[in-house]
This record gives sequence, structure tokens and C-alpha cells, in this order.
Amino acid sequence: MLAQIMSSVFTTVFLASVLRITTPILFAALASAVSERAGVANIGLEGIMMIAALSGVLFSAWSQSAFIGVLGAGMMGVLVGLMMGFFYLKLGTDIILAGIAVNMLGGGGTIFFLFILTGQRGTSAAVLSRMVPALEMPFLEGIPVLGAFARQSILTYVALLCVLLVYILFYKTPLGLKIRAVGENPNAASSVGMSVNKVSYIALGLSGFLAGLGGAYMSMFAAMGFSANMVAGRGFIALAAQTMGRGEPLGTLLSSLLFGAADALSNHMQGTGLPSQLVATLPYLITIIGLSMYTWRTIKKAKRIRKRHSEPANSGEES
Amino acid sequence: MRTAERTGLTLDIKDKNVVEMRGITMIYPNGIAANQMVDFSVKAGEIHALMGENGAGKSTLMKILMGMERPQEGEIFIGGEKVSLNSAHDAIAKGIGMVHQHFMLVPSLTVAENIVLGIEPKRGGFFFDEKGAVELTRQFSERYSLFVDPDAKIADIPVGMKQKVEILKALVRGAKILILDEPTAVLTARETDELFRQLTLLKEQGFTVIFISHKLAEIKQITDRMTILRSGKSMGVHVTKDTSEQEISRLMVGRDVVLTVEKTQARPTAPVLKVRGLNYTNIWGKQVLKNVSFSVRRGEILGIAGVEGNGQSDLVKVLFNFEIPDSGSVKFEDIETIGKSQAALRRLGVSYIPEDRMVYGASGMANIEENLISDRFTHRRFNTGPFFNTTAIREECNRLIGEFRVLARSRKQRVKMLSGGNIQKVVVAREFSSDPTLIIAEQPTRGIDVGATEFIRKKMVELSSEGKGILLVSADLAEVMEFADSLIVLYGGEIVAYFEDTSSLTDLEMGEYMLGLKKQSEDEIRGAVHE
Repeated sequence: MLAQIMSSVFTTVFLASVLRITTPILFAALASAVSERAGVANIGLEGIMMIAALSGVLFSAWSQSAFIGVLGAGMMGVLVGLMMGFFYLKLGTDIILAGIAVNMLGGGGTIFFLFILTGQRGTSAAVLSRMVPALEMPFLEGIPVLGAFARQSILTYVALLCVLLVYILFYKTPLGLKIRAVGENPNAASSVGMSVNKVSYIALGLSGFLAGLGGAYMSMFAAMGFSANMVAGRGFIALAAQTMGRGEPLGTLLSSLLFGAADALSNHMQGTGLPSQLVATLPYLITIIGLSMYTWRTIKKAKRIRKRHSEPANSGEES
Repeated sequence: MRTAERTGLTLDIKDKNVVEMRGITMIYPNGIAANQMVDFSVKAGEIHALMGENGAGKSTLMKILMGMERPQEGEIFIGGEKVSLNSAHDAIAKGIGMVHQHFMLVPSLTVAENIVLGIEPKRGGFFFDEKGAVELTRQFSERYSLFVDPDAKIADIPVGMKQKVEILKALVRGAKILILDEPTAVLTARETDELFRQLTLLKEQGFTVIFISHKLAEIKQITDRMTILRSGKSMGVHVTKDTSEQEISRLMVGRDVVLTVEKTQARPTAPVLKVRGLNYTNIWGKQVLKNVSFSVRRGEILGIAGVEGNGQSDLVKVLFNFEIPDSGSVKFEDIETIGKSQAALRRLGVSYIPEDRMVYGASGMANIEENLISDRFTHRRFNTGPFFNTTAIREECNRLIGEFRVLARSRKQRVKMLSGGNIQKVVVAREFSSDPTLIIAEQPTRGIDVGATEFIRKKMVELSSEGKGILLVSADLAEVMEFADSLIVLYGGEIVAYFEDTSSLTDLEMGEYMLGLKKQSEDEIRGAVHE
């Protein structure tokens, strides 16, 4: 049986499914990385993805353009991100509560709005929305590994490109420097006259945009249109992926791939005679193992640093 | 880039006030008046000391100048022009830069990145120009002889260099007036010398420096003039070289008359706490207690005085076993207590009123009753099998609330809803009622109202006349001098003076010991040890 699993894993079909499953997780994980590095824990990704998934369908149906649909989904993400920022920064809500609220809105609100706007219940099957096309590269077919890229969505390439863009943002632009400074020591940032709130807003907006693209992928490529609860926890898996990747773009990509692979593996093992319930736990098991390993390493590192660095600057008494 | 040209300051006008603050009054929401009608002015190109004890209002005054606090009253003039400063951004734009006591740096970023934060040089309109940042850092670093490694991460550099980074941060933003908040507190002697050389250089180049400190030697060494604050009021401006250290210490430490609590001559008996040869190095590697030996006797209040940060709080931490000393012994009624738990100490009969009442003294979210029994709820008296004996607990709490006059709606009220004075009464009620033999009282009346203060002091006197030993650690000079029977002065972690009898002590004398101008002979200090 193991041989059967192994042989199915090392196929281009399997790799292609890993890429497909990873794409929305990667978008959301990058979204999480951007806000996290600015010191804002955005746990509303799941809700943003849901809202964006519906928006993508509606915008594309309205404009009959997949591009406008994706853009609309992204902009809706920005809007929700900024709204969270408004509640958190202006009105002083706890950011975790704001995230939970967005998630609940994403769960129930989308069904409500779908019904109000289209009269459909639960799915948008009857709405004539556009799909994001795949980038057909038939010449890759048959080539090991690369063959997995033969029929991927354009959005998968966009996601991979975003890894690079987020890296450039963090390390090569003034905005990235500001984001990292605000996330690490907001006092330092405000002491030089920077507006911490402004940077937090920008980070939340960007975070919303990326999560929005993830949502668009769900309803405009992975599935034919919107259906209730279609994001199914990917926003939370993305949080784990971001944490495991330590908020670094490359690390986030690798851990997203790991989660994608785990999910793909559990799909592929459905036919192997193992109890399906057991197989379905695989992605979550890997999540737990991954996070435990990560935490263990972080604790060990923190201990080492504490031993090495004692910062007298922070020990002085208040005057 | 925001540079000198845009700050609108002209530096050639010597002897003119570049900073003038008039009639500044700042009252915090909790009612503490940090500044009362303070006038403060600084001339261009001088190093001006802002002196005063902890809590005198120095930091508040400077936060106002940095736009971080807004006073209720008063006017600020920069370079002769009236300004309103609403944020650090405003102050920076006016050419004011501050080096905070707690550095405002981002540890994972490089020196250059920290220096240009908020005013990053750009390449191609969008990208961060790392090379430009390094170049700028190098340029300023060389111009002002403040040598730093632009590519090093802040987390990896020593404290002295971090401070230079902070000064450079201000200079790069075009600061002509530099505020340094107790800059030497974290420096070694060598780093301090270096800092002073650099400050002198900056002064020669026309910069104005405001130097916050309470260290006399440093003030004498480096400043031209000084403003002394005491309890939020200005004690005037003085020319440093014409003012003697004794004069400064009198202005800084002098006290106001306090309410009197009737107190008879103490009749101390056998020692209850014996501290011998205590040495303690804190986690930052600084030795903060040096060979401290003394005894607390039954029936006396032993006061510990000193300017804050001279080892008092470290001593208390060691005595109540929050920290383990390097060497020495602490004996409570001849039982060695080092290494014992706080619970064990309490069982032996030690009680403790901590300095920070909301962190160590009480739980704000818990109610009065829960706080009052938190040290004794495991006692048989308050339990019936696995359940609390609510009747016994209620009686105990009602008794304590009555006896200690805690003003509250009911004993079920959350402690954080009470006023500061009443919270402290809850703490004191618990600590005084556990039938202790020794009470360690750390700043027992800090920041609480007059009525509660008087009540707590009366209780202390009462308990000491009942034969309990009390160790009173207080930054309030009046309190230690009025209420302690005998007194120890700590300076730089050492006992520099012991007074068996405090009644003939003068403020002037105390001030000199507290600021390290005088030290008693070994023999006199040994008087603190009673066998």
C-alpha cells in the first residue's frame, strides 16, 4: 500500500494538485505576513476570503470580465481590511475581536447578500459569472515536475509573483522598513515623528487585497462560482503557515506548500483503502506537528538570545 | 530630508534663549501635579542641566517640550517664536531632538536603517536606498565624531553605541537642541567620558544640550547652567560653576513640612532580621548591592533612604527572595531565608507591602474579600472540608475593612475600582493583620491621599510599639526622617551612613549622603549591625 501511495505522490498530477491547493493558502498567508510584520494580528482572513469570493463572482457577472471580477475581489478585501483598521485603530476595538467579527460576517453575511442581490440560496450556480482562465502550456506536459505547471490558473502565477513582491516590499522599499519598524517597536517609530496608525492602515489594506485574491481564486477558478462556506478554514491554515514561515515571504511560501502538500496527500489517499476519516486528519496532523516544531525552536532560540543579550537600556528605572 | 535649513533656527545669536517655557502646569488625569508654574529657559550653545529627584517632574517637562504631553497651562517659545507642539513630529520640525532613557530603536534593523527611519532616502522614486542610508550615516558619524557601524544590527551593538545612534538620529533630522534623558544611567565610566567629550564637541559646534540627571559630579563636570526642579516646581536657574554641591543638594532634596503623627521614643530590643555582607549583581551584570550589612530590631522602624536607583528596590527584592544574592546571608530570627519561597517567608512571620501595588500588592480584577484573604485562604479557619467557610471569611473581611477604614461599596467590590489610597489600605490591611514579626514596607504611602497616608503611618508606629520590626523603604525623605527611629542611607548600592537616632538629622546632611558627597567612617556604618 505504501508503494501505491508513493507512486501516486511522485506524479505530475499530484504536484499539480499541490499547486492548486496551495494557491489560496499562499495568498492568505502572505496577507497575514504583511499585517503581522506591521504588528497587527489579522485573523479575519477567512472572512475576507469569503467576502472576496462572493465579490469576485458578482463583479465578474456584472462586468462579464474575469479581470474586473478579480480586481473587485481584491478591492473588497482592501475595504474590509481598512474597516478592520478603523475599528481597531480609531475606535479601539480589540483586533482579534474585529477579526472574529469579519469571519462571522464572511460566513453568514455572504449568504445573505447573495440572496438579496441574486435571489440565489447558498450557491451562485445560476449567476453567469466569469472564470479566471488557466495558462495553457501543453508543451510542458509529460516533463517531470514542470508538467505540474501545464494547466495552472493565472492566479497561481500571480501568487508566486506576490512572494517576490512582498519580499521586495519588506526589504527594498521605505514602506517595508516602516512596516517592520512599526511592528517591532511602535514607540521608536512614533518617536521619529512617523504615524504608526497610517502604516497599520496601509498594512491592513494590503493584507486585505492579498486575501481578496485568495478568495477570488476559490470562486473563480477552484470552483465554478460561489457557495456557502467554500473557504473552509483556509484562512486559518494560512495563519499557521505564516507563523511557521516566521512572516518571511520565502518561509511563508515553503510552509504554505507543506500544508498544500498535506491536503493533496489526504485527497490522494482517499482511494488507498485507509479509513477516510483518518486520512482526512492528515493536513491537521501536519499542522500540529509543524507548529509544535516551530514553537519548540522559537523557545530554544529565545532562551539563547536572552542569555547572550542582556539589554541594560531597558532596565533603567522610570524617572 | 529634513535638515537644518528647514528648522528656522539661527545659531549665531549667542546668549539668546533658544528654548523658553513659561508657566508650565501639567496635571495628570490621576491628579498628580507633575509641573506647577514651571519656567524653563535655555540659551543657545550651552549645556543646561535639568536636575531633580525622581518624580520631581523633569521627564514630564521634557515630554512637553517634545510635544508628547500637552500642559494645561503655559507657553513655549522656540528661537523667540511662540509654538504649539502637538506631536514629536512638531518638535522635530522645530529642531528639537530627544535621546530617551529607554532607547527608541528597532533591534532587528541596522544602525543606518534606524537612523533614516521615517525619512528614508529613495532610489528610483520607490525603492529604499540602503547605500544612501549607509552613506548618510557615515557622513554624520564622521562630521560629529560619533563613530558607529552603519551595517550592524541594533541588537548586536553595545549600549554606548546605541546611544550614539540615538544622538545621530536627532542630528540627521536637523536637531539643534538635544535633550538627553539621564544618558549616563546605562553607561560605563569609560562610555560616560566618551559621551561627555562628544557633547562638548557638539556644544563647540553650536548645538544646545539639555542634560537631565541627578548625579552631581556629572553636572559639575559638563554643564554651564542648571535648572533644579523639586516636587514639580522650579527652584530657579543657577550657574554651575558658582553653585556648590552642597547648595545643589539643598535645593534638590529639601523637604516640606509633613503632617505629624504622635510618636514616642522607640525602645528597640533583640534583632529580628540580620543582613550580613550582602552582594548582588543584577541580570544586566551590574553590581547593585555591595557588602550590605544591617539589622532590624523588634520595636523599631528602620528607614532606608536614598535617591531612587541606588539599590533600595534591589535590596527589597533580595530580602523577599525575588532575587538570589551573589553572597551574604539574610537571617530571620536566626533562620537563613535565602532560597526559601515567599510562602515560607510569610509563614515565618514576614509580611511585605510592595512598591507596585497593582502588580505585586493586589489583584485589580479580584474583589476586596479575595485580596484580603489571598495570603490566608488555605488556613483551616477559612475552610470547611473542600469548601470555603464563608461566614468566617465574611467576618474576617468585615473586621479588616472596618479596622483599616477601607472605603468601598461592599467587600465584593473589585479592587481596581477603588481609589489609590483605598487599594493601598487593602494591601496594608492584609499585610499588617497576618501577625507578622517583620514588615517590609516599600514606598507604603507613595501616590496616595493625605488621609490614607496618615492612617498607614499611624498603624506603622502602633505596630512598632507593639514590638514588631519594620523596615521602611521610602523615596519620600520626609517620611523616613519623621517616622524611622534609625536610618540607613544607600548610595551606589552601599550603605554610606547609619543614624541610630534620626531626631537631630538635618535635610542638608541627608542630602549630602544621598548624593554621595559624604560617607561615614567604617565604624559608624558598622553601627547598623546589631547582634
